Amino acid sequence: MSEMVARNIPDRLTSRAQRVLKSWETLLLAIAILVFITNSFASPYFLNAWNLSDATFNFTEKAMIAFAMAMLIISGEIDLSVAAIIALASTAMGFVMELGFGTPVLVLTGLTVGIICGAFNGVLVTRLGLPSIVVTIGTMSLFRGISYIVLGDKAYTGYPTDFAFFGQGYVWWVFSFELVLFAVLAIIYAVLLHKTNFGRTVYAIGNNPVGAQFSGVRTARVKFVLFLLTGLMSGVAAVCLTSRLGSTRPSIAFGWELEIVTMVVLGGVNILGGAGTIPGVVLAAIIMGMVTFGFGLLNVPGIVMSIFIGLLLIGAIALPRVFAMVKRGRG
Amino acid sequence: MLVNTKQPETSGTQSDADTQSGLGRAVLSLSGISKEFPGVKALNNVSLNLYAGQVTALIGENGAGKSTIVKILTGIYQPNGGTISVNGAEINFPNAHAASAAGVTAIHQETVLFDDLTVAENIFIGHAPRGRFGLIDTVRMRADAEALLTRVGADISPTARLRDLGIANKHLVAISRALSIDAQVVVMDEPTAALSHKEIGELYALVERLKAEGKAILFISHKFDEVFRIADRYTVFRDGEMAGEGIMQDVKEDDLIQMMVGRTVDQIFPKIDVELGETVLTVAGYSHPTEFEDIGFSLKKGEILGFYGLVGAGRSEFMQSLFGITKPSKGAMRIDGEIAIVRSPAEAIEKGLVYVPEDRGKQGAVIGLPIFQNITLPSLDKTSRKGFLQLAEEFKLAREYTERLDLRAAALDQDIGNLSGGNQQKVVIAKWLATQPRVIILDEPTKGIDIGSKAAVHEFMGELASNGLAVIMVSSELPEILGMADRVIVMREGRLAGEFDRDTMSAEALVRAAAGIGEVAA
Repeated sequence: MSEMVARNIPDRLTSRAQRVLKSWETLLLAIAILVFITNSFASPYFLNAWNLSDATFNFTEKAMIAFAMAMLIISGEIDLSVAAIIALASTAMGFVMELGFGTPVLVLTGLTVGIICGAFNGVLVTRLGLPSIVVTIGTMSLFRGISYIVLGDKAYTGYPTDFAFFGQGYVWWVFSFELVLFAVLAIIYAVLLHKTNFGRTVYAIGNNPVGAQFSGVRTARVKFVLFLLTGLMSGVAAVCLTSRLGSTRPSIAFGWELEIVTMVVLGGVNILGGAGTIPGVVLAAIIMGMVTFGFGLLNVPGIVMSIFIGLLLIGAIALPRVFAMVKRGRG
Repeated sequence: MLVNTKQPETSGTQSDADTQSGLGRAVLSLSGISKEFPGVKALNNVSLNLYAGQVTALIGENGAGKSTIVKILTGIYQPNGGTISVNGAEINFPNAHAASAAGVTAIHQETVLFDDLTVAENIFIGHAPRGRFGLIDTVRMRADAEALLTRVGADISPTARLRDLGIANKHLVAISRALSIDAQVVVMDEPTAALSHKEIGELYALVERLKAEGKAILFISHKFDEVFRIADRYTVFRDGEMAGEGIMQDVKEDDLIQMMVGRTVDQIFPKIDVELGETVLTVAGYSHPTEFEDIGFSLKKGEILGFYGLVGAGRSEFMQSLFGITKPSKGAMRIDGEIAIVRSPAEAIEKGLVYVPEDRGKQGAVIGLPIFQNITLPSLDKTSRKGFLQLAEEFKLAREYTERLDLRAAALDQDIGNLSGGNQQKVVIAKWLATQPRVIILDEPTKGIDIGSKAAVHEFMGELASNGLAVIMVSSELPEILGMADRVIVMREGRLAGEFDRDTMSAEALVRAAAGIGEVAA
C-alpha cells in the first residue's frame, strides 16, 4: 500500500458505486436472480403469488434468528443453542397454554424464555470467559433436554385460534405476518448494525477484542446484549413456528442451528468475526428459501436438501478464499 | 590447533588471561556483521568473538542489537554483510538447523520448550535416538536424558511433564538440551531474568561447569553484578555498533556504563520548556499482588514524566492498572484533586486519562477497521447523534487529528493494518487526542517505528505538553528519556528505585538505579 503525502488525505479512495459493485452482496443478488429464473423455468407452479408467498415460510423464522446470529458471529462469538431455545420456549408456551392462559401470555412466555436462555449463555461467556462454541453446544443439549423431560413422547396441541395469526395470518393480500415481521426486523437489524454506535463496537470487538477494550469499548456488555438479542429472536421464532405448526414436540426446529449458521456465512459474514452485513444475510435467506422451495416443487428428497446445505456452507467459506488465492497468484 | 581450555583456576591472573586471549583462537567469530531491516539499520559492522572455556558478556541497552546478533548466530536471521567463522573456517548459517549442526545452541529469555511433552522428549526433540523401524528408542532416550540431567546437576525425572516444572528447572532442561546436541557454543539470552536468588546461584555453578567442559559461552544480561561475577570477556554494542570489547579484569563498571550509553548527540529532541501548571494527577500506594508495590507520584499540567527501568520492572503493568485494565490490590488515584475510581478503560477515558499501549498491533490498533473508525472508536458519543453514527462528523474528527500528526495514508477509510508501524502509532495517538484527555500515558511510544515517525512522535509529545497536557512516557530508550522528560521515575522489580529531575538525571544515574548497582554488588 503506497503511503502518499500527508495533507488532504481523501476520505475514501473508491466511490460508493465501485464498492457496491465489488461486494459479496452483489454476487448474492446475482445468484438470487439466477435461482429465481431457474425455478420459474423448472416448475410452472413457481411463478404464482401465493406459491411464492408460501415459499417465504421456508426462511422467515430462521432469518429472524440469523440477523441476531450475524451480529454475534461478527463480534467473534456464536450461539449454537438457538434451535434448542425454540424447543424450550415452545414447550414453555405449551405448558402455559395447558394452564389455561390466552395468547398474550403465551407470546410473553415464549419471548421471556428466549431472553432468559440468551442471558444464561451470555453470563457463561462474558462473566466466566468460557468459549461460546462450547457453552452453547452444552446449552443446546440442556435446553432441548428439558423439553424432552417435560414432553416425553407427547405433544402440546390445541393452541387457541387467535394464536394462529403469528404463523398463519396475513397482513395484506399475500403478505403474511411472518414475511412482514421478517422485513421489519431486517430493517431494524440493518440500522442497528450499520448505523449505530453499538453496531460499530460490534465490528471493533470482532476485529480485535483486546484493542477494542483498550479503546474504551465495554466488550463484555456488548457481547452480553448480543446473546440476549439472539435469545430474544429465538423466542420470536418460537412463537411464529409454534403458531404455524399448531403444536409443540420436543424435536421442534431440530437442526436449525446449522441452517441458520449457514445462512449467516453464506450472507458473507466472516465466521472468524469482524466482517459481514445484514443485507447479505437477507439475500442469503431468500436464496436458501427459494432453493428449498424449488427442490420441493421438483420433489427432491430431504436428504439431498441437507447435502445441498452442507455444500453451500463449505462453498460460502471456501470460495472467497479461492478467489483471493487466484488473485494473489496473478499479482 | 589446540586451545588451552582448562587453565587451572588457581593461576588465573591477569597476565595469564591476557596471554591466553592473545594466543587462543576464537571458536566462533563474527566479523563486520551488518543487518538491515526496512528503514532500520539494526547492526552496523559489528564483531563478536567467543572463546572455548570462556564466558563472553554481551552488553547493551534495549535496541542495541543484542537480540539481532543472537538471531544471526543461531541462523534465524541472515546478515547483509560480514563473515561468520567456526574454528577459523568461514561458514554460512542459512537456517537454524545449520547453526545447530555447527554446534551453536541458544537458551532464550523465554525458553522455547513444549509444556505438554516430557522432559526427555523436550531434550531430544528433533534428534531423538532411533531404534528399530525408525521409531524413537524411548528407553535410550530416557537413559541419555537422565545422564544429561545429572551432568547439569538437575534433580528432575526425565519422564516428568514439563508443565509441572518451575522456571529454574525448565532452564535446566533447556541447558540439557543444549548439551545433548554437543554444542561448542552456548548462547544464554538473559537467563536469570525470571529466576530467584537461589536459582541464579545454581545457574552460575552450571555456567562454571560448562566453562570447565570447554564450551564457549555468550552471556547476555542487563545486570552488571552478574556480568562481573561470571564473565571473562565483554563486548558492548550501542545503537547497533561496536562500542568496545575486552577482558573483564581490565574494565570497571563505570567504563562499561560509559560505553553502553555514551553517545554522540545524533538525535535532536524537540524539548520545549514549559511552565508547569497545577497538579493534575496524584497516585498513592498503588500495589498489585505480583507486579508492583507501593507506587506513588504526582504529575503537573505541561509536564513530561519519564518512567525508566529494565524490561520486566512492572512499568507497563502499573500503567495498565491506572487505565483500568489490571485491578490494583491497593492504592488511590486523584485527577484534578478528586478521587478517581477507574475499573475499566471506558471509565479512565471518561476521567480524561488515556493510554497508548506498547503492543500496538494487539492493544493499540483495531486492525481490520479503517483509520477513521479507529480514531473515533472512543469518541463515538461525540461524533454521533442519539446513538446513531454520523459518518461526516467522523471523517471530520479523523481528518483534524490525523493532519495534526502528519499521518501518511492513502485514504481515511484504508484499513489501519495497511499502514507502517509509525503511522499506526500516529493513528493510535490521534485516537486519544480526539478524546481531549487531561493525562496521556505513552508506553514505549517509539518502539519499532522508523526514524521519521519517531521524530514526529517526539515533536508532537513536546507540543502536547506545551498545550497543557500532562504526559507520562514509559521508555526503555535512554536518549528518549533524557531528551524528552522533565522528570524521571525509575522502577526496579515493581518498586520505585529513584526519581531524578533535569538537573540530576544522567544516563549513568538512570542505569544504576534501574539495575540496582551499588546495592546488589556489595
